[in-house]
Amino acid sequence: MQASTKPELSVNIVTNVTTPAARETAAALPMRMTVSKVNFYYGTKQILFDINMGIADKRVTALIGPSGCGKSTLLRTLNRMHETVNTSRLEGEILLDSQNILAQDVTALRRRVGMVFQRPNPFPKSIFDNIAYGPRINGYKGSLADIVEKSLRNAALWEEVKDHLHKSAYELSGGQQQRLCIARALAVDPEVLLMDEPCSALDPISTAKIEELMVELKNLTTIVIVTHNMQQAARVSDFTAFLLTGQIIEFNPTPLLFTTPGDPRTEAYITGRFG
Amino acid sequence: MGRRLRWRRFVSNFMLAMTGVCAGVSVLVLFLILGYLLFNGGTSINWDFFTKLPKPVGETGGGMSNAIVGSGKILLLASLFGVPIGFLGGIYLAEFSGKGTASIVRYAADLLNGVPSIVIGIFAYSLVVLPFKHFSALAGAFALGMMMIPITLRSTEEFLKSVPRMLREGAMALGASKWKTIATVIVPAAYRGILTAILLALARVAGETAPLLFTAFGNRYESHGFAQPTATLPVMIYTYAVSPYEDWHRQAWAAGLVLLGLILIINILARTILSRGIAVPRS
Repeated sequence: MQASTKPELSVNIVTNVTTPAARETAAALPMRMTVSKVNFYYGTKQILFDINMGIADKRVTALIGPSGCGKSTLLRTLNRMHETVNTSRLEGEILLDSQNILAQDVTALRRRVGMVFQRPNPFPKSIFDNIAYGPRINGYKGSLADIVEKSLRNAALWEEVKDHLHKSAYELSGGQQQRLCIARALAVDPEVLLMDEPCSALDPISTAKIEELMVELKNLTTIVIVTHNMQQAARVSDFTAFLLTGQIIEFNPTPLLFTTPGDPRTEAYITGRFG
Repeated sequence: MGRRLRWRRFVSNFMLAMTGVCAGVSVLVLFLILGYLLFNGGTSINWDFFTKLPKPVGETGGGMSNAIVGSGKILLLASLFGVPIGFLGGIYLAEFSGKGTASIVRYAADLLNGVPSIVIGIFAYSLVVLPFKHFSALAGAFALGMMMIPITLRSTEEFLKSVPRMLREGAMALGASKWKTIATVIVPAAYRGILTAILLALARVAGETAPLLFTAFGNRYESHGFAQPTATLPVMIYTYAVSPYEDWHRQAWAAGLVLLGLILIINILARTILSRGIAVPRS
């Protein structure tokens, strides 16, 4: 593989790369997370097979593939949300800043790797209390008002809600609720933000707003997004991994994957022949 | 119009009418009781009824202040005893226990709920009254508290379980531990339902007579503290209703009306709580 300053981290970033130039750009990026040799099981059923990939720092990495390919499962292993299912079992190694997340305290890990879900899931509290929730439970000592404002600004929601922070979060529209959930995740200043089909329950206008937001959030954090929507992956992501039946078929810089796919199966999927 | 069609229409209308009549009857029962109580007890309710002690036989007037205070005291103590046990047990059942343990506890709670209240009374009698050698408010509260446990436990479990899974995951993804998730998200999301269920449990045991007959017993005078025999409204109704005195009968009706009013207030309170605060929308 490509020689670089951090060979052990760059090894698995890109597979099936067709242009050497693209591979070089990708390999030169610092990695925030590295997934190596991950096999995942629910009970006796294997869901993921030998997953190897790197999550580039301050970039958007998209996971695409047909339903049931394991993309959401892969995402949920990155902050160990898979552990909420008793029968799940994970083999392999996932590094966050070169440390194995499987050996860490799970609550500390989830503070560093935040998550936004398919459907907006605000708590039955006020807008303010929703955002302040993370800082509060983590014993934040500074000004909550400041952190709430900052998070809402970062989630492009501040202007819409600043005059009624103490109203119920359920009074917001679906798109606003999802941005509220993004703000809530940002309030604990995560190093990585996982997004599990964040727009699947939203209308096109709200979707556009969230996509715009994702691109801006790259300055703050590293994003991994699971999406059903290939156009969305093409619009917002820097890298795209295509999964099929629990395996990574291709992992490439997004423009490359969508213009000159390195695998016939990728091509078949992105041109809409299945999935 | 064919005969078959006419017959079908007839059956349809007949059944519709039957269901309507039965629905009407169930409402009617409540209103008949209410009307009867108001008619018989309404005239005996006055300020004295709430403030004065019972008068000896033969003297007219007097009230049931001791029974009203006694009922309140026993209900308060019963809640202090039964609600925390039921509530924490319900949390365990909904959040921590495995399938096997849960089904055993659930089954036991349902059985306890079905134990006749008089049997609960005997149990409290042998456990609290006999060792202390006298009837007491404490023994009555123990009996009623025991009856509140299964109701509180089961409803806490139900309401906690109805909190959407995605709220749990939302809290956990922010680094909340399991206990913190329960304390800061799950219980607050379910508290209105739980509180309502507790109030309804309270309303149910407020009218219990049998378990109080040989635990709190009764008292013609005020009882101080929790260690003396204590008068309660249901037992007072029982005693007065079976007495041969006309005046006592009227007072029994009045006590019934007050008791029903108390239960009505608790119910209204429960509904008010349900309609307030931020509800989790059903998805």
